[in-house]
Amino acid sequence: MRKRLLLSILAAAPLLGACGIQPWVKPYERDRLADPIMSWQRDAISGAYLDHVYDSREGARGATGTAGGGCGCN
Amino acid sequence: MVRSRPTPPRRLARRFATVALMLAGIAAAAVLPDDRADMFYSDYKGGGMDITGESVLVRKKFSEQFAVEANYFVDKVSGASVDVLSNASVIRDERKQKTLSVEYIHDKTLYNVSYTNSTERDYISNTTHFSLSQDMFGDLTTVTLGFTDTRDKVGENNGTAFRPVVSWLGHATSRSYEAGISQILTKNLIAGATLEVITDQGYLANPYRSIRYLDPTSALGYSLASQIYPNTHTSTALEGRVKYYLPFRAAATASYRYYSDTWGIRANTMELDYAQPISNLWILEGRFRYYDQNQASFYSDLFPFANAQNFMGRDRNLAASTNDTIGVKATYAFLPDGWKVFKRGTVTADYSHIEFKYKDFRDIKDYRPPTYLPGAEPLYSYGANIYQLYVSMFY
Repeated sequence: MRKRLLLSILAAAPLLGACGIQPWVKPYERDRLADPIMSWQRDAISGAYLDHVYDSREGARGATGTAGGGCGCN
Repeated sequence: MVRSRPTPPRRLARRFATVALMLAGIAAAAVLPDDRADMFYSDYKGGGMDITGESVLVRKKFSEQFAVEANYFVDKVSGASVDVLSNASVIRDERKQKTLSVEYIHDKTLYNVSYTNSTERDYISNTTHFSLSQDMFGDLTTVTLGFTDTRDKVGENNGTAFRPVVSWLGHATSRSYEAGISQILTKNLIAGATLEVITDQGYLANPYRSIRYLDPTSALGYSLASQIYPNTHTSTALEGRVKYYLPFRAAATASYRYYSDTWGIRANTMELDYAQPISNLWILEGRFRYYDQNQASFYSDLFPFANAQNFMGRDRNLAASTNDTIGVKATYAFLPDGWKVFKRGTVTADYSHIEFKYKDFRDIKDYRPPTYLPGAEPLYSYGANIYQLYVSMFY
């Protein structure tokens, strides 16, 4: 069931991009979001290492927040 | 001989693959991040273990649409944790992990494929990961979908550290389905959410950890036996997070994760992070993290008799526990004007301290009869110090 839901989202994702929603934060207003301190994860090795320190000592795992991003500002 | 496996590589392989891939998505799905090379060193000391890690990462764009990333990680383990009941069986091991990742951008979609191999004497893991990130709604929203397939071969070293005798116990497969969204809310505020479902099948227990049960015929009052785990496991984790840009150029982050699985574990994770740049040369960060979980349905620190249940575990990862982390990090930027092929570089030092406390896992290594009867030993707790040092060069 969960797999089907994810596959449905996957199939629908490109269609959503065609919707006509206007961005309420314009590209020229995203300079603060483009600052490196606003990255969810600046250093891949260090982030993965710390996640692993916890993963291997705790029962919980997954969804540690590195997915996505999306300032769209680069 | 009872030994501990401090670092199950299955998860590390998957984690490295995922984080390395997602790094590209962080910048923006429509543009590949800068080329970079990293040299990384880490040291974990805690619970009787000393684990050092060394890693190299190189990332190179071959066009505006296509990039390749390679990562090599080696960690070396030595020490004797609370699971090591015989002082003679100090563990010493080494794990090598290689990851190759390829990224391709088409329009506003980033595609990512990676392969990871992790090898140690008694554990081999191969991970394949695929993800895509799509920018939409005027690039205010990025949706990321990921799939990871991991295949492990699980063994047990019944020899010594220097003369291993490995017997292979079985295989495990793991599949992860991940969906994430990142959303710009205002000029200063960004939010994100990630849902990840992971299903495992096969040999899922740690062969170096044992259950114990009351045994009047034993001098200790208890005996040890192999753990018996279910051969399936499905977990669901949902995390939400926000990041806010403060008016004086600083960033504050808060996140919360809820976790549940088919073994009866429920867990909460909360984290706060604050980053403060000083001029253009330094970024100072502080971090606090809190975690708690209840015990798995088939966990017990002390079973009443042998074969008391169908499934029995005494791995402390399954026990009810909490831990708190305090971390500080400093990043210094050098070569602001570049040097030869390099545009700039950073060096980062990171220190974290974690206090682990168990609510129903007792320390049977240091506290024994007749002073401490079975089930009356003090609860186990320990502190760990984690040091990281790495240099990043951007070109």
